[in-house]
Amino acid sequence: MEALIQTFFNPEIIAASWPIVRAGLWNTVLLSLLVVPLGLFGGLILALLASVRNPAVRWPLMAWVDFFRAFPPLVLLVLLFAGLPFAGLELGGFVCVAIAFFLNTGAYYGEILRAGIESVPAGQVEAARSTGLSRLQAMAYVVLPQAVRNVLPDLLSNTLEVVKLTSLGSVVAVPELLYQARQAQSIIYNPTPIVVAAIIYFLMLWPVVRLLSRLENRALAGR
Amino acid sequence: MSSWDRFTDTFFNAKVMLRYLPDILSGVVVTIELALLIVVTGIGAGLALALLRSLAIRPLNWLIIFIVDLFRSLPPLVIIVLIYFGLPSVGLSPSGFVSTWLSLAFVLMAFSEEIFWAGITSVAKGQWEAARSTGLSFGQTLVHVVLPQAFRLTIPPLTNRTIAITKGTALGTVVAVTDLGQASSAMSNSYNPSPLMMGAAAYIVLFFPVVVAGRWVETRFAWKR
Repeated sequence: MEALIQTFFNPEIIAASWPIVRAGLWNTVLLSLLVVPLGLFGGLILALLASVRNPAVRWPLMAWVDFFRAFPPLVLLVLLFAGLPFAGLELGGFVCVAIAFFLNTGAYYGEILRAGIESVPAGQVEAARSTGLSRLQAMAYVVLPQAVRNVLPDLLSNTLEVVKLTSLGSVVAVPELLYQARQAQSIIYNPTPIVVAAIIYFLMLWPVVRLLSRLENRALAGR
Repeated sequence: MSSWDRFTDTFFNAKVMLRYLPDILSGVVVTIELALLIVVTGIGAGLALALLRSLAIRPLNWLIIFIVDLFRSLPPLVIIVLIYFGLPSVGLSPSGFVSTWLSLAFVLMAFSEEIFWAGITSVAKGQWEAARSTGLSFGQTLVHVVLPQAFRLTIPPLTNRTIAITKGTALGTVVAVTDLGQASSAMSNSYNPSPLMMGAAAYIVLFFPVVVAGRWVETRFAWKR
């Protein structure tokens, strides 16, 4: 037991590596604050386009969404980070993460928002339009607020996945939590910093998981 | 050389592609093996946990809920790194393949337990009572009455989740699994991104049909109100 603590929860190592890990935690928070709105924005564009009932728009859109849902985000990230320089375009790890998340999580958010928009009865749009609201106004003031409320658990669940996914940044040297923890681990040659990082992720995201599990159960009980 | 030729020569270089084709193909095989292993063990373990939970033994249920929450809140890559770089310190050295398999199977187990459990609880209480009153045992009620109804409800979310998690097999490259992701190391060996393009294309070929099938399953088994 003593040996186990010395290996995985070594207090001296926790103290020594804390500044490195803390910097990573801060970057993970910043990165999440960047990529979640970015993904939501991409998803909103896709969902609004999908609400245009024109097959010439709908089918390419569906292919786009399915393409990015089928493409592992890590592969997309590596492709941008390591492939683009061959085309003379050298983007930093940070920019690559932003683009990859815009494309990948945008597709997921887009699917969720589309389902939300479709869940709002057509009568709502007709009523809004008949009061003189333009199409855009009807969408912004009548449909979207209801749509978002209807799919709130799914949006939250996807946001949780997006925050977890920021750990991929470590592969392209973005100094977020996992990257920093691995740096500390390779300097100190002890897995304690990674355990600390895992505990931080858990403490940060556990409340969200609990909340989600409640929302999901309530949604099912309502059926 | 026109710029188009230069583009294809860089990104779709036939000579380089031919040289690395065997590597990519063996990577495809590893990815498929890994994905199947994860799906079978992850969903199996998830179902087992959900059934255990239905026995309603309090301390056991708390433990199950904790494990599920733990694997839902940890990023899969963190779990992989923890197993691969952490366990050797206690004398266990799982390979990259085993680390990736275990990690993603745990994650899928957690998510599928949650989905199966939601399915089981969604079956109305009256169904249980009616089945038990006809003389069926607890196990018989579960197998013949509750699970068939629960499964139907769980299929769409389970399909989506399974696809999302098996895509994570690409994470194995971080711990040196020679799956499809090794295309990126082939790239650094050949100073040409063609192997990477080939690897990316292979992922699309593997997962695109699965995603489209998932869409079909979703509409086919949609909850009819």
